[in-house]
Amino acid sequence: MKSNISFTLNSKKVTIICNQETRLIDLLRDELELTGTKEGCSIGECGACTVIFNGKAVNSCLILAGQINNSEIITVEGLAENGELSKLQKMFLKKGAVQCGFCTPGALISAYALLLENENPTEEEIKIALSGNLCRCTGYKQMIDAVKSSASL
Amino acid sequence: MYKEKSEETVDKFSIVGKDVIRQDGFAKVTGQAKFADDYRFHGMLHGVMVRVPVAHAKINSIDYSGLLNDPSVTTICDTEDIPGAKKVGLIKQDQPVFAFDKIVTPGDAVAMLVGKDEKKLRKLTSKIKVDYEKLDVLSDPLKALDKNAPVIHPDSGSNLIIHYPLRKGDIEKGFSESDFILEEKYSTLHVEHAYLEPECVTALPLEGNSGIKIIGSIQNLYTTRKIVASVLNLPLANVIVIQAELGGSFGGKDDIMNILSSRAAVAALKTGRPVKIKYTREESVLESHKRHPYVMHYKIGCKLDGKINAMKVDIVADGGAYASMSPFVTWRSVVQATGPYEIPNVQTDVKAVYTNNPYTGAMRGFGSPQIIFAQESLMDDLAIKLGITPAEVRRINGYKNNSITASGQKLVDHDVNLLKVLDRAITKSGFTNKWGNNKSLNEDKNSITIVNERTKTDNNLLITDKEFIEPENLIRKGIGLALSFRGCSLGAEGIDTTAAYISLQRDGKAYLLCGLAENGQGLRTTYLIVASEVLGISVEDIIYMEQNTSLIPDSGPTVASRATLMGGGAVKSAAEQVRSRLEEVLKEEWDLPKGSKFVFNNNRIHIKNIPEKVIDFCDLVSLAYMKGINLAALGWYQGPHVDWDEETGQGPAYFTYVYGCQVAEVSVNMGTGEVYVDEVYAVHDPGRVINKLGAEGQVYGGVTQGAGYGLFEEINVQDGFIKELNYDQYLIPTSMDIGNINIEFIEGEETYGPWGAKSLGEPTLELTAAAISNAVRNATGVRLFNLPLNLEEVLLKRKLHPDDLKRGSA
Repeated sequence: MKSNISFTLNSKKVTIICNQETRLIDLLRDELELTGTKEGCSIGECGACTVIFNGKAVNSCLILAGQINNSEIITVEGLAENGELSKLQKMFLKKGAVQCGFCTPGALISAYALLLENENPTEEEIKIALSGNLCRCTGYKQMIDAVKSSASL
Repeated sequence: MYKEKSEETVDKFSIVGKDVIRQDGFAKVTGQAKFADDYRFHGMLHGVMVRVPVAHAKINSIDYSGLLNDPSVTTICDTEDIPGAKKVGLIKQDQPVFAFDKIVTPGDAVAMLVGKDEKKLRKLTSKIKVDYEKLDVLSDPLKALDKNAPVIHPDSGSNLIIHYPLRKGDIEKGFSESDFILEEKYSTLHVEHAYLEPECVTALPLEGNSGIKIIGSIQNLYTTRKIVASVLNLPLANVIVIQAELGGSFGGKDDIMNILSSRAAVAALKTGRPVKIKYTREESVLESHKRHPYVMHYKIGCKLDGKINAMKVDIVADGGAYASMSPFVTWRSVVQATGPYEIPNVQTDVKAVYTNNPYTGAMRGFGSPQIIFAQESLMDDLAIKLGITPAEVRRINGYKNNSITASGQKLVDHDVNLLKVLDRAITKSGFTNKWGNNKSLNEDKNSITIVNERTKTDNNLLITDKEFIEPENLIRKGIGLALSFRGCSLGAEGIDTTAAYISLQRDGKAYLLCGLAENGQGLRTTYLIVASEVLGISVEDIIYMEQNTSLIPDSGPTVASRATLMGGGAVKSAAEQVRSRLEEVLKEEWDLPKGSKFVFNNNRIHIKNIPEKVIDFCDLVSLAYMKGINLAALGWYQGPHVDWDEETGQGPAYFTYVYGCQVAEVSVNMGTGEVYVDEVYAVHDPGRVINKLGAEGQVYGGVTQGAGYGLFEEINVQDGFIKELNYDQYLIPTSMDIGNINIEFIEGEETYGPWGAKSLGEPTLELTAAAISNAVRNATGVRLFNLPLNLEEVLLKRKLHPDDLKRGSA
């Protein structure tokens, strides 16, 4: 059933007409053309599609459009402010946390969600926050360093 | 003999060897990088595969009548739509684009539905009825060459894909003159590449259907071009292959992308519209190739002084349903099977065979992680038998400058730094003391019998009260090492040449492109650094062009850790050609004396020892432009001669080698069988390091993949069917799974490559599982012979396989 869904996406109000059972990832990628959010497994295991949903990191392949009415969503496209990279993004580059880049948007979002809640996370807390984001290239070390350095800035 | 690097050599670089931020980084952290599925085209259709749930069958007929006049289906493609080659393959043409006479593995697709709505198409695939006759399934590679085994590809006569013999010295004499013999059998399982991005490709017809443009997640663009051209029966130039940003490959987006690109191209030319194929994770794991399972039999004859006198190696590799890269993968195995040890008498036989299992091919390591696991396990057991340390036995036998390899090659023209990386890793990790202490502690405890004893007495696997109360008593510490040499680039596998193009613009900025493709490892950044170093301009002044087969000559595949060596060599050559033309302009302009030395640095050029002679790079380029000088160049790098005798396995297999040593420290839980990797020390000699940040990223990533291979990655295949089709069942390491990784590079001198830069990507992965296995041996006193060392292997020394195909949630 098609209905009006209104939500805040990267600080902007959005209203869209779509089926309530449309997956959030499809809404973002196909309807809103925000292709930064990636699909790697479709079952909530890999974390490539992670977005922030009311302050929490979630897998957008497991969220349906009907759930997001009046919510606040942040995607990787919303991390830079006025064209300027956020501290976290800069640190991902500086520490070498990016290789192929397919998991990067999801990992950035998970780290961002952690820092929203916890300004000074321990290494263990960072590892836990990133544990839902599979990465086959980096071995995570430089990603963990990047989050740590970004927090201490 | 090569000298130690002097301070002057180190200082001569302005950017090489430093931490450089990736060229594609900004696009990747902002979500702007365009991966294959991020491309949308007007009028685009989707292709969805039709498969039959069977591992081996003869196809009688396919009935499409259930979909006649279905409005969701624009067209259906099968083998009848292919104008050219119906079967393809880089080495053997045994893989059908669409299966037509036989199904030989469950990943095979018989047809493809094409239409606007991918989701609708997926629901319609069951309406196609395939009439087939089941054939006997061959799933055990050890039975593939039996007389009564079903033959997978009747055209090839038998299930033997390839057999490589290697003969050096006299093996029987070698054993009879040895003081003792060790003999063991090792095995490894199928492993999935598990790149995060599933396969995706779009084919677009060129004007008037004169050709095809392919944009996709493709690792080896020229291979894809060649195969698509053969399928479409078109000249190579009419097939243009463009690489989208690639979401990981590790050797995986190879054959599968040739097949998918061919299917999309056939459908695009049939419909005159763009056709995209995008795989789900399950389809990706089902149809794409895997790392080879090996069964390895090693026999070693040794003198009492620790010198290995003879080694006999017999390996059977499961090639699965198609030959794919099996002949090249197993060739690397035969070259390196005896490890980096000088042995006078060697007999190696490596065979790859067809089965109905998923086919196997290139995966990071390429035939080395398996043999290193076997040979390094055996080396440690040899040390224990001799009563010496693992390092000592390797020092006695390891390659030095001018050593002769198993294939009779003398190691020259580079620093043979094998023992140097070994010694550095030993010192850095405090190996010797730890190894000795663990050994005496753990072997005294009569180790892993906790469970076994109880199994014998009361058939109860539960741990005792005491063990439950004091779980720390269950943890044993171990340390282990592994050592390797690795041939760089393709070796005697094939033509080894690479092209690069550089073009300076009149404002002093530049375009750069190399024929090798970015797989995520950062090679574009490496090439920018090389060009930047030669021309003295910043990496930001150079734009890296689109990876497109119509823009740059065929440079072969981006494989074999050859990109820095071969592509870097070509980029350096291109940049040097342009630089020397600029020097000529200055010589004339400034009327310089002969032998004047130019320094290109910080966007300026000056003459050494004449400080007043200085010009900005952009002004010099502008001057050269006004004089009509050619400011573009094509660099070309050709690997030196290599050779191989197929009968004897003798010859200079690779033109140079790299050396690495990894030490792993583990904690083994004797109650659960869990192994945790606490520390890894990775010491590698990759030749010159070009981008330190990128090089370290290769080590962290390679070690982590290697640890997954050692500890828990496994594709279970039952009668040809895969059990683990998604990440809920196929486990790869997460951020929680590996402890610290300590890196050190020893940069040996090297004749080839840009300033002696060689290979790193694969060496980082190939050692880790072997080092972990030796550490588990050190911790438990028990040798394990079968990867991965998962809970059941450590606890029970065997694998537990569920009978049905499912476990976990899927």
